[in-house]
Amino acid sequence: MNNILLILQREFWTRVKSKSFLLTTFLAPIGIVVFYAALFFIMSRGSDNIKNLAVVDRAGIVDQSETKRNNLELTYDYTDLESAKEAYLAEKIDGIIELPPIQIEQTEYDIIFHSDDQLAIDETSTIERMFRKKVRNYKVQKLGIDQSQLDLIDTDLNVSPRTIKDTEKDISSLTSTVSSVLGGIVGFLLFMMVMIYGSQVMRSVSEEKINRIVEVLISSVKPFQLMMGKILGVGSVGLLQVFIWIILMILITVIGTSILGISSMDLGADTAVLTETMAQQGINIDDKIFMILKELSSINWAMIVPLYIFYFFVGYLTYSALFAAVGSAMGDDVQDAQALTMLATIPMVIAFYIAIAAVTAPHSSMAVWSSILPFFGPVVMPVRLAVDPPLWQIIASVLSSIITVIALTWLAGRIYRVGILMYGKKASFKELGKWIFYKG
Amino acid sequence: MAVLSLDKVVKQYSNHRAVDEVTFDVEEGSIFGLLGPNGAGKTSLIRIITTITAADSGTVRINGELLNGSHPAQIGYLPEERGLYKKMKVGDQLLFLAQLKGLSAREAKSKIDSWLERFEITDWWNKQVQELSKGMQQKIQFIATVVHEPKLMILDEPFSGLDPINTNLIKDEIHRLNKNGTSIIFSTHRMEQVEEVCEDIVLINKGRVVLSGKVEDIKNTYKENIFRVGFKGTAPTVDNKRYSLVSKSESDIILRMKSDMRPNELLNDIIKQGVNVESYNEIMPTINEIFIKKVGETNE
Repeated sequence: MNNILLILQREFWTRVKSKSFLLTTFLAPIGIVVFYAALFFIMSRGSDNIKNLAVVDRAGIVDQSETKRNNLELTYDYTDLESAKEAYLAEKIDGIIELPPIQIEQTEYDIIFHSDDQLAIDETSTIERMFRKKVRNYKVQKLGIDQSQLDLIDTDLNVSPRTIKDTEKDISSLTSTVSSVLGGIVGFLLFMMVMIYGSQVMRSVSEEKINRIVEVLISSVKPFQLMMGKILGVGSVGLLQVFIWIILMILITVIGTSILGISSMDLGADTAVLTETMAQQGINIDDKIFMILKELSSINWAMIVPLYIFYFFVGYLTYSALFAAVGSAMGDDVQDAQALTMLATIPMVIAFYIAIAAVTAPHSSMAVWSSILPFFGPVVMPVRLAVDPPLWQIIASVLSSIITVIALTWLAGRIYRVGILMYGKKASFKELGKWIFYKG
Repeated sequence: MAVLSLDKVVKQYSNHRAVDEVTFDVEEGSIFGLLGPNGAGKTSLIRIITTITAADSGTVRINGELLNGSHPAQIGYLPEERGLYKKMKVGDQLLFLAQLKGLSAREAKSKIDSWLERFEITDWWNKQVQELSKGMQQKIQFIATVVHEPKLMILDEPFSGLDPINTNLIKDEIHRLNKNGTSIIFSTHRMEQVEEVCEDIVLINKGRVVLSGKVEDIKNTYKENIFRVGFKGTAPTVDNKRYSLVSKSESDIILRMKSDMRPNELLNDIIKQGVNVESYNEIMPTINEIFIKKVGETNE
């Protein structure tokens, strides 16, 4: 035990003190922020030269109240097309928006833009957005429909489940969405952790083998201790790094919001469009957020959080043991190494895709069975946890994960102890199988 | 008393027997030579003694106890293929390896300090191993082997890659440690070093012991009664009945006696011939010659 701790400490400190750790830990989040800031800057730069456009309203549908939207400045000074065209030729305006007369029966309506210069795509959509609602209001008025009646037509539709037997159980459609997404995040974190740090375990094992220090080490400690110390040491580095990243992300978001006035919504999407579409569908954003928060508080965190942590550790241990075994079998031959790496990464990638599918269909037979199967369980089950799978499935999944991790570390340890001392032998799968049964 | 005692140790790999019923003892306080050509099974044997692998059958005892988990701390092992963490600092590295052998951090630190002082390399503590030359790395590796004051040291080709100055330095250290009571197993295929350093040897070929015993005894067993006579003036004539000519030059002659003849008789015979003898000595076989002969025999 003491030896495992010594090895863990060495793995931890040599990594944490290395320059590459400092670089990836502190520069990566800054890099991501700079990247998104740049992305935001680029995407938000629509057409920015002010265009002065004359609106010639032959349909009589605008109230002349709007004079500017984005880079478009509107003037209503010209009542007929001819005078507007003269103004254009005199370079007083940059273009003319002509609204031709409209009939009530018309379901398609062309706004004509007169200019020798082309409109940019964002300018076209600005104009479309600007007049869509105006045309609608015009028609509502002409048809004599009462606006308040009209509001009653659109209905926000939800499927709201009710339990029949278990009246205590609180379920709603949002619960499953919110919680599956959360589970998906846990699955994704595990996937990233395994991909980054599992392969570090593999590299570290094969380095020790190639530079031959392993022979000195295992004359002092048991190969299994060396392997476990390494897996736990690299894992601790991973946890520390993820922890620092989360803190940094929060800090950067807080600082970014308060100093630069950039909200996270700005970074993700054009909020104006989003609010507008949602408003059109009659959805109140504040209501949704409130509902999501309500759902979050109704999830059984006391059970789910420990299980998340359990699956995270068991998943990491399982896969990094596999990576350690693969690393021990590697020699200097890069091609061999790649083939062996596939062996360890393929189950992880498949599990990850099943987990993604399970977010939308958490009760499909594929999701159910793979959440119990070895290798897949720790990735898929977190996604399903929040939709309240039957207890027997959780127990089966936990048991299978525990058995897998014990069996696999044992198996990996067997391969590892032989692999690290094997030089110049091509490590075929058959060969790896033989190593498991080698004596002492 | 034997510090290490092997009895019929066998190690079988899938298609070959690397160690085949090997039996020998290493006396406490001795310098013991473990010899054999490449692939003879030396490393397999060492790995069994250092508990890296286990024997399929047979017993290994250290100070009379069956080999167990407490023994690695009493053994210092310098493998033939040297290896250190390239990017780790010399001091941290030695500290880590010493702690793995069971020393506390404080003990380890003071012992490492005194070794660095002994080798006059105290300023290396903060250097990365990759900054050091190969020879310098060997010194660090040697310190890592001895820092926990093992009762038994196993040195696999300890002088390979060392320049003559460092070879002498390490050789002196080996003798000093031996004088202080450390038993040493010295594995090599360089025979001149064996004669210089070892008192007892075991010769292994194809996993089997082909020869073992004290260096002097072995040489006596394999000597061929060959004598060199240095002379001035007339050369002795060879009496073919009792001794034969091996080679001859202007100032000396090498003769092989029949086994029933005494060295004094040969010398008397030559003096009687009126030869002016200037020197007279027996030519002992080198371990190298015995090695080649025995390995050749077992390979046939």
